[in-house]
Amino acid sequence: MTIIEERAEQWRADLRGSMKAKERTDIPRVHMPELDAEYRSHSRLEEVNLGLTAEMAMLEAKRCLDCANPTCMEGCPVGIYIPKFVKHIEKGEFLEAAKTLKETSALPAVCGRVCPQEKQCEERCIHLKMKKESVAIGHLERFAADYERESGNISVPEVATANNIKIAAVGSGPAGLAFAGDMAKLGYEVVVFEALHEIGGVLKYGIPEFRLPNEIVDVEIQNLQAMGVHFVTNCVVGKTISIQDLEDDGYKGIFVASGAGLPRFMNIKGENLVGVMSSNEYLTRVNLMDAASEDSDTPVFKGKKVAIIGGGNTAMDSVRTARRLGADRAMIVYRRSESEMPARLEEVKHAKEEGIEFWTLHNPIEYIGNEQGRVTHMLLQVMTLGEPDESGRRSPIEIPGKTELVEVDEVVVSVGVSPNPLIPQSVQGLEVTKWGTVVVNNDTMQSAVPIIFAGGDIVRGGATVILAMGDGRKAAKAMDEWINSKK
Amino acid sequence: MNKILSKEYFSANVVKFEVEAPLIAKARKAGHFVILKVGAKGERIPLTIADADLQKGTITLVIQKMGVSSSKLCALEAGDYITDMVGPLGRATHIENFGTVICACGGVGTAPMMPIVAALKQAGNRVITVLAARNKDLIILEEQMRNLSDEVIVMTDDGSYGTQGLVTNGVESVINREKVDLCVTIGPAIMMKFVSILTKKYEVPTLASLNTIMVDGTGMCGACRVSVGGKTKFVCVDGPEFDAHQVDFDEMLMRLGGYRDIEREEMAEYSKR
Ligand SMILES: Cc1cc2nc3c(=O)[nH]c(=O)nc-3n(C[C@H](O)[C@H](O)[C@H](O)COP(=O)(O)OP(=O)(O)OC[C@H]3O[C@@H](n4cnc5c(N)ncnc54)[C@H](O)[C@@H]3O)c2cc1C
Ligand SMILES: Cc1cc2nc3c(=O)[nH]c(=O)nc-3n(C[C@H](O)[C@H](O)[C@H](O)COP(=O)(O)OP(=O)(O)OC[C@H]3O[C@@H](n4cnc5c(N)ncnc54)[C@H](O)[C@@H]3O)c2cc1C
Ligand code: SF4
Ligand code: FES
Repeated sequence: MTIIEERAEQWRADLRGSMKAKERTDIPRVHMPELDAEYRSHSRLEEVNLGLTAEMAMLEAKRCLDCANPTCMEGCPVGIYIPKFVKHIEKGEFLEAAKTLKETSALPAVCGRVCPQEKQCEERCIHLKMKKESVAIGHLERFAADYERESGNISVPEVATANNIKIAAVGSGPAGLAFAGDMAKLGYEVVVFEALHEIGGVLKYGIPEFRLPNEIVDVEIQNLQAMGVHFVTNCVVGKTISIQDLEDDGYKGIFVASGAGLPRFMNIKGENLVGVMSSNEYLTRVNLMDAASEDSDTPVFKGKKVAIIGGGNTAMDSVRTARRLGADRAMIVYRRSESEMPARLEEVKHAKEEGIEFWTLHNPIEYIGNEQGRVTHMLLQVMTLGEPDESGRRSPIEIPGKTELVEVDEVVVSVGVSPNPLIPQSVQGLEVTKWGTVVVNNDTMQSAVPIIFAGGDIVRGGATVILAMGDGRKAAKAMDEWINSKK
Repeated sequence: MNKILSKEYFSANVVKFEVEAPLIAKARKAGHFVILKVGAKGERIPLTIADADLQKGTITLVIQKMGVSSSKLCALEAGDYITDMVGPLGRATHIENFGTVICACGGVGTAPMMPIVAALKQAGNRVITVLAARNKDLIILEEQMRNLSDEVIVMTDDGSYGTQGLVTNGVESVINREKVDLCVTIGPAIMMKFVSILTKKYEVPTLASLNTIMVDGTGMCGACRVSVGGKTKFVCVDGPEFDAHQVDFDEMLMRLGGYRDIEREEMAEYSKR
């Protein structure tokens, strides 16, 4: 059925007729219930957003007009059938709503929590044109996915008869997981190789528990296992085994989803002082190694005056973590202004509520340490906004001679990541850009080496969960066609 | 999970394990290391692969008890499992026939030096190993090193064994008596620093294998970073060996001490248990 045909179905038509559009748009947007800001800034593991109740979700779903031309779907990178799932919620058919989500998204409970909806689906919602707040699509997505999980009725997708063709995914982040799920459904024998001792990529080692509980990712992983996907942890492809080994072992297709795990530094004076570290190190210690727990052997600094350099999601996660580990002053230092910050809107809002200081239009130029080499101060250059650059963003320029010296005992550098060079370096013939990303055909995700497909951050540089997931699904479809075409 | 097949004590604080790891055994070369973790809440620690047996599919690790994590590992017995182990990591040592090579090691550096000595010897080098420690009890792996090297020089600070003096005295005595083509040094950063200063004076090319703090060991975190020739390098992927004369040892020393207070507390806790 096409989208138009589905929309014409009786139940949808009835639902649309049950309420006037004006009544729908007059309903105020739902507020996500959340933990008290003061309380949560000391609670490392409790999720901040508590989720909508069924009543809240059904009322919010009423706000959606079930448009004939649903522009929200154009804003979703994977084209989730948004009005359909929302209308199922309005009708109280929550499991149906979850099913609709899963037709397009492999990880709706994750995306409902971490997608930058305000720049995607919700930005294109018709309500905005009427000067109203958009439908809370992300909250509803999360609600439906959580409802399904908590109901115990989580459906393990049907798996086609085994075709005994072995294929591999390298990396178990959202791209690898989505790819594995789709290939398993098609009957392939799927093995996911992961370098770390945990499965989930950034979803586990990067994004903190207070924003995305591990349990949610684990349920997805268990689902994949139930579908027959096999996971091999502690295996670095390119080191423990090579791509050639995989081919020799009879793997007929390899999907590289090794992410953009390489931290960037700014190469300024004092950056190697003790107490200055990358956000990857900081978050890995806290999330992957659970270093803040009493019973963990891994140490972590619990700074009292902590500065985080950067304005993305990683910076927000780090600064909010620092606050939760006991920082009296937890500061974001960002060289542009707040409106240029790449972080999700909700993250910025939550951070502010938790007492995070925002030093926008400031850029570190030096760190100063004591005789033990521990960082004690940062020297900040004050900036102002200049003319817009090619990207349309106003570029930050220095105000000559204007600097500020700020006391710190810990600095977390969060100025971006680069693709992991291990695989690109170890495979001959792979085309790589000057940024180190792997070049693929945009429609098929196939690389210059036919057996290798790639997607997620290794292709895009640091991007988003939903794009990584979408790449995984696209690659699965294309790899299946490619393998079949060779038969 | 990797099974420990055998355990042997080289001294009270130095243990040798043979661990099942067929893929690592196949892929490893001298200079490579693994990262392992004991228990669900264990720390990820780097250890050099001392040897490998392709037939048996095993690798050999030699561990010196330092703090909590190495102690937990040393407490395991044959038949036990190591919770997580990944490797081989890092770049392999560049091995060729250089001529005469001094391998200067002390403390934690002795175990990781073993496979390098073996590989250098196999490539036809004349290998002179200098083993150094504060006193006789702290000299480890002497017998193994004697079997692998052409000559072993033992140095102790207090003169309780071998020749009295520092590792640098041992290295200098060799340089003064014959032409040395390469020096490899592994040990506490302070030791490597002084070996490096010495060999620079005599213009002997020197490699130092840096044992920095690590977390993931795959280039993901930067905890292991050092300055080499003014550039920041990640020891786990760019190293662990570097041109010693380019390494900023003072910075490395400072960074190694970064977690010392927390480590001390943890060890005090662990000893009580
Ligand atoms: C702290 C943080 C917060 C973020 N917040 C958001 C957010 O709110 N919303 C959003 O949309 N995006 C967010 N992102 C970005 C998002 O997480 C990434 O874009 C996404 O995870 C990329 O997915 P991936 O599958 O390509 O790679 P990853 O998730 O990076 O997974 C790659 C996996 O491959 C493994 N690997 C690497 N090399 C090898 C190898 N040689 N062999 C075997 N395994 C290997 C890695 O260990 C890793 O587990 C955030 C990122 C970070 C770091
Ligand atoms: C690439 C590499 C290869 C290594 N190979 C071996 C090996 O084959 N055998 C072996 O026994 N060890 C080796 N090490 C060192 C080993 O990883 C550390 O001894 C171990 O991590 C200590 O952990 P711990 O928790 O027991 O001690 P911690 O509690 O971390 O430390 C206890 C004390 O030892 C000091 N210390 C810790 N790590 C080091 C270090 N790397 N150098 C000098 N002093 C240190 C600390 O400052 C502290 O005072 C290697 C290290 C690296 C980076
Ligand atoms: S996946 Fe993301 S963009 Fe798509 S509908 Fe859900 S929240 Fe919106
Ligand atoms: S140990 Fe993390 S980058 Fe080297």
